Parts: sequence; structure tokens; C-alpha cells
Amino acid sequence: MLEHYLSLFLKAVFVENLALAFFLGMCTFLAVSKKVKTSLGLGVAVIVVQSITIPVNNLLYNYLLKENALQWAGINGVDLSFLGLISYIGVIAAMVQILEMTLDKFFPPLYNALGIFLPLITVNCAILGGSLFMVERDYNFAESVVFGVGSGVGWALAIAALAGIREKMKYSDVPEGLRGLGITFITVGLMALGFLSFSGIQL
Amino acid sequence: MSNDSTSKTLIVATLLCVVCSIMVSYAAVSLKPLQVKNKRLDIKKNLLVTAGLVEDGAQESEIVEAFKVVETKVVDLSTGKYVDIDPETYDARKASKNPKKNYRIPSDKDLGNIKSRAQYKKVYFIKEGDKVKNVVFPVHGKGLWSTMYGFLVLEEDLNTVKGLGFYEHGETPGLGGEIDNPRWKKNWNGKKAFNDSMEPALKVVKGSAAPGSDHNIDGLSGATITANGVTGLVQYWLSENAYGTFIKNLREGEML
Amino acid sequence: MSLKKTLLDPLFENNPIALQILGICSALAVTTKLESVLVMCLAVVLVCAFSNLSVSLIRNHVPSSIRIIVMMTIIASLVILTDQLLKAFVYDIAKSMSVYIGLIITNCIVMGRAEAYAMKNGPLMSFVDGIGNGIGYSIVLIFVGVFRELFGSGKLLGYNILTPINEGGWYMPNGMALLSPSAFFLIGIFIWILRSFKKDQIESSN
Repeated sequence: MLEHYLSLFLKAVFVENLALAFFLGMCTFLAVSKKVKTSLGLGVAVIVVQSITIPVNNLLYNYLLKENALQWAGINGVDLSFLGLISYIGVIAAMVQILEMTLDKFFPPLYNALGIFLPLITVNCAILGGSLFMVERDYNFAESVVFGVGSGVGWALAIAALAGIREKMKYSDVPEGLRGLGITFITVGLMALGFLSFSGIQL
Repeated sequence: MSNDSTSKTLIVATLLCVVCSIMVSYAAVSLKPLQVKNKRLDIKKNLLVTAGLVEDGAQESEIVEAFKVVETKVVDLSTGKYVDIDPETYDARKASKNPKKNYRIPSDKDLGNIKSRAQYKKVYFIKEGDKVKNVVFPVHGKGLWSTMYGFLVLEEDLNTVKGLGFYEHGETPGLGGEIDNPRWKKNWNGKKAFNDSMEPALKVVKGSAAPGSDHNIDGLSGATITANGVTGLVQYWLSENAYGTFIKNLREGEML
Repeated sequence: MSLKKTLLDPLFENNPIALQILGICSALAVTTKLESVLVMCLAVVLVCAFSNLSVSLIRNHVPSSIRIIVMMTIIASLVILTDQLLKAFVYDIAKSMSVYIGLIITNCIVMGRAEAYAMKNGPLMSFVDGIGNGIGYSIVLIFVGVFRELFGSGKLLGYNILTPINEGGWYMPNGMALLSPSAFFLIGIFIWILRSFKKDQIESSN
């Protein structure tokens, strides 16, 4: 059993990396990867939000939205799965808001460190994408926790690595038209190529 | 009323929710029958295409017409006998997730990497008059990214393969997705599912299969893992642990 | 700003992907086939235009404290509508796009335009702005999609252009074009080409 969760975790981090294999969360990925320090902050925030929202959405899906999910309340044959998207995004927005307030009240230093990144996360497709993949692959609750943490770690790893490369890139002589965004895209492409070598590892 | 007053905020929020929910629910409810029909039709179409009864771009009426020669039955895989369940409403995919209705596959037997399967599976018989011409087995297993769902069609001798086709998978288009390529699918036609000692023997090899080979199928370039997945799922579903017992019963002749 | 300028500006002058870094996420994964690219583009253009229109219509009545969630709700409803329509009428394509239609919700272009433009401008202009930005996004996507499908499988829209070897032709498909990294390279190159013509978009070296 433990083996299963471990393999799910490693798969979420490396093989099915949300940023580099599925292109999720690209906007923030490219915009906030200029410095290692800030990108680490964002990475941690994503891990936290991801590990909370995916399990919560999993419960929501299994006990409210899925076909016949309302059986526990004595209602049969109701299929609310079309409300999925709007509920998940609602949960994400609410969770981010709550997290922000909790951090502000109880952990001010952490809040100051993550502060500006938290609102950005609501519109980060990696978070919504994580929830949608969880539903599509029909994970149970324990699996969704593992997947949430794993996919967050994978995303954080990818952005920290990219930021490291971009910091070094300042010293290189890039052709004019490629400067900034252009070369970043190509770098991300090369990184994705590297991550591809993990694909197909059977754990 | 000022825009930022509490009451206005509440009113706007409520109105918005009502309007949006009416719109979304109306669309979802009114389109639902069409979606369900599409989904069913798509599965039927793939079954018929794999069995070579209709062409790929077949229209709805053709599919419904062609499906009339198909008889569906539900089989208990552990005994290999039919069970009395209405195949129209039985959903093996849901059952495979339900702890009360599924069977956990021991990991040394789990060639298709699916961990658990439904106890009962549907089997389709394609008839010509009263005679059974083909038997269709729904199969599934893990590829590189996704679980691949498809049909394996055998001839009446329960050994010669008529075809293999998938109706749902998420493999890379152009690489693993080539399992949908009609040219590759043609390779399966005429292969023998079992070897002389009646063990499942179909295998997708790397590169080209030797001409005239009974059990080997050409590989897919750049998609080794998907190809291994296909080998695994075919071997699993034909094994003793899955349809094997049922196929043995069929062969002994009492079931048709 | 004139109507025409609002419509045409986002195509090259102020392209949402190449210049504003918006909305790359949900799209790149569907660019292996031109067919799904076109459906995706159509969906984004429509969602973007109608979300801009509705946000603009109610812009004077939205309290600023809940404006983000209001926009989110409108966009999410429109996306669900699109998703349901696709599943009902073009099932084959909807099947191959899996979660990516849903991800239009978090496509920053839609949200970004609603916040930056529709909240301040009239309905007609906002609608046009939505279409313009949707098309600007589509141009990049179609560029990427054409190259990936042509070099990856030798086809365009499913028709053989360069007949691949495994169908009896001469072309050896380039498998990498079908994998995710190629999309990044192509966008990088697209930006390079664009900036060679429009020098003012070049970023300073720091």
C-alpha cells in the first residue's frame, strides 16, 4: 500500500510534472521566475494551496457532485457533475482567501513572505488543473492527498530550477529578439525535454 | 445605494448566482440526453468498427442498424458463467471502483496494471442468423499516461483475432496515439490469441514482427511503453484470471 | 480608441501571449493537432468576448470587494456552457481535449481582459476587445499547431501533406514535434520573429 502512494507521489513530482509535462500554471511560471528567492516563495505557496484544495475538492466531488453521490442524504439519481468547474474554482478562491487570513493572524512572518503570491494562485491553472486531473483519474481521498502534495512539490521544483537558470542567464549574450521572454520559452522547452526522460518510469 | 454597501454587495452576489445557476443548469439538463447518447453511440461505433461491421465515419442510423446483430451478455469472470443482469443498465466500469462489486487482482497476475476489475463483465456476440460469428471482449489497461479502454474481437474459433480497437485513451497523439491508426490495427487481424498450450500469446514487439508470425504484432515507434501496455492488457484479459475460464467454457461448447 | 484599433491591436502590436505573457497554460497541450487547436481557439474567442460583454454590462453595479469572484463566476458559467455544448455536438473532439476546456476558466487572458478592459469600457468596445484578444491568442496557437501537426505526423487537419513512412510515403515523422517541449521552442521562435519586425518590443538585457 505504502509502495502505491510512494509511486503516486514520485510520479506526480517527476513524470507527470504539472508545469513541464502538462503546461499548467505557465503564466505565473514565466512571470515570477526571475529570482530564485521569490520563485521559492511562490513554490511553497503552491504546495500549501495544492495540498489543501485537491483533497477538499475530492470530498466535494465524492459526496456532492458525482453521479449518485447524494446517496448519503437519501437522494438518488442526481448527477451534479456539471457544476464541477464552478465549485472547484469557488473552493480554490475561498481556500486561498482563508489561508491568507489565517497566515496574517497567526504566522505574520510567513504571511509577509508569501503575501503577494497568494492572490496570484487563484488564477494559477496548475491548481485547478490538479483538481480536474484528480477527478478525471478518480483518486480516492488518500490518493488525492498524496497527489496534491506531489503535484505541488513538482511545480515548485520546476519553478525554482527555472529561476536558477534565469539568474545565470543574465550573464549571457542572447540575440536581441530573443531576450527576456523568448529565451525563457526555449529554456523551459529544454527543461521539459529533460523531464521527459522520466516518462515511462514504472514504479 | 452606494456600490460598496453591504446590502448592495449581497444583492449583486445573489442575483449573479441565480442568473448563472439558471443558465448553467438549464444547459446541462437540456443537453444531458444528447451527451449520454453520444457517449453510448461512440462506444458502440468503436465496437462495430473493430469488428469490421461499419466504417469509421459511420452515421448514427447505420450504427443502430448494424448493432442489431449484436447480443450482449453479462459474465461472472470467476465462474465463467452468465449472470442474470440487464446488460443495458450494467456498468462494469463503475463496478470496478465499487469495493462490493470489484475484484482485487493479485499483483503478480496484474499484467494490465489496473489493480482491480469488476467481477462481472459484459461480453458481446456478433451473430449471423443464429450462428455466432465473433465474440467481443471489452478490455482495458494502463498505457503511458492513461488507462486505455477498448475491445478485442475474436473469431468463432475463439483463437483467431479479428481486431483490437480503443475507444478511450489519453496517449500522446502521433506516438502512443497511433494505437488508433487503422494501418497498425490491421496488423492484429488473423493473429492467434493463444499458443499451442492454450496460453495467451499475443505480443507487440519492438520494430517489425517477423512475417507470418502467429502471435507477434509490429511495434509502435517512439511508443514502447504504450505498446507494452497493450501487450499487458491483452495478455491479462485473456488469462485465467479474467476471461480465460469463460473462454474455456465457450470452447467446450455448451454456452453459445 | 477606434473600433478597428481595438480589434487589431492585440493581434501583433500587443499580442496577449507574446507580450503580455497571458494564457499560455491551458492551450499548449492541445496544439498537437490543428483540429483541436481550432476548437480551442473558437472556445476562447467566444468565452473571452462574452465574458467581456457581460462584465462590461454590469460594471457600474459591481462592488469592488467582490469583483474578482463576480468575474470568476461569469467566466466559469460561460466555460461550463461551452464544455456542455462541445460534449453534446462534437463529442469526438471534446473527448480528446479532456480537462483543457475547463482550464479556460483560469486562462489569464479572459480574466485579465475582464479586469483591465471590460471594467472600464462600454459593452460594444469590450466585446470587440474580447474578440481581438481571442484572435491574438489564436494566431500564436495556430502557428504552433500547424508546425506540430505537419512535422509531427505529416498531416494538416488529418489530411496527409507529407506522407509518413508508416503509411507508405517517404516522410519520417519527427516525434519530438508531438511532445511538449517543441511547443515551447515554437513560441520562443514566434516571439523572436515578431520582435525582429517590431523592434520596440525587445526587452532590455536586464
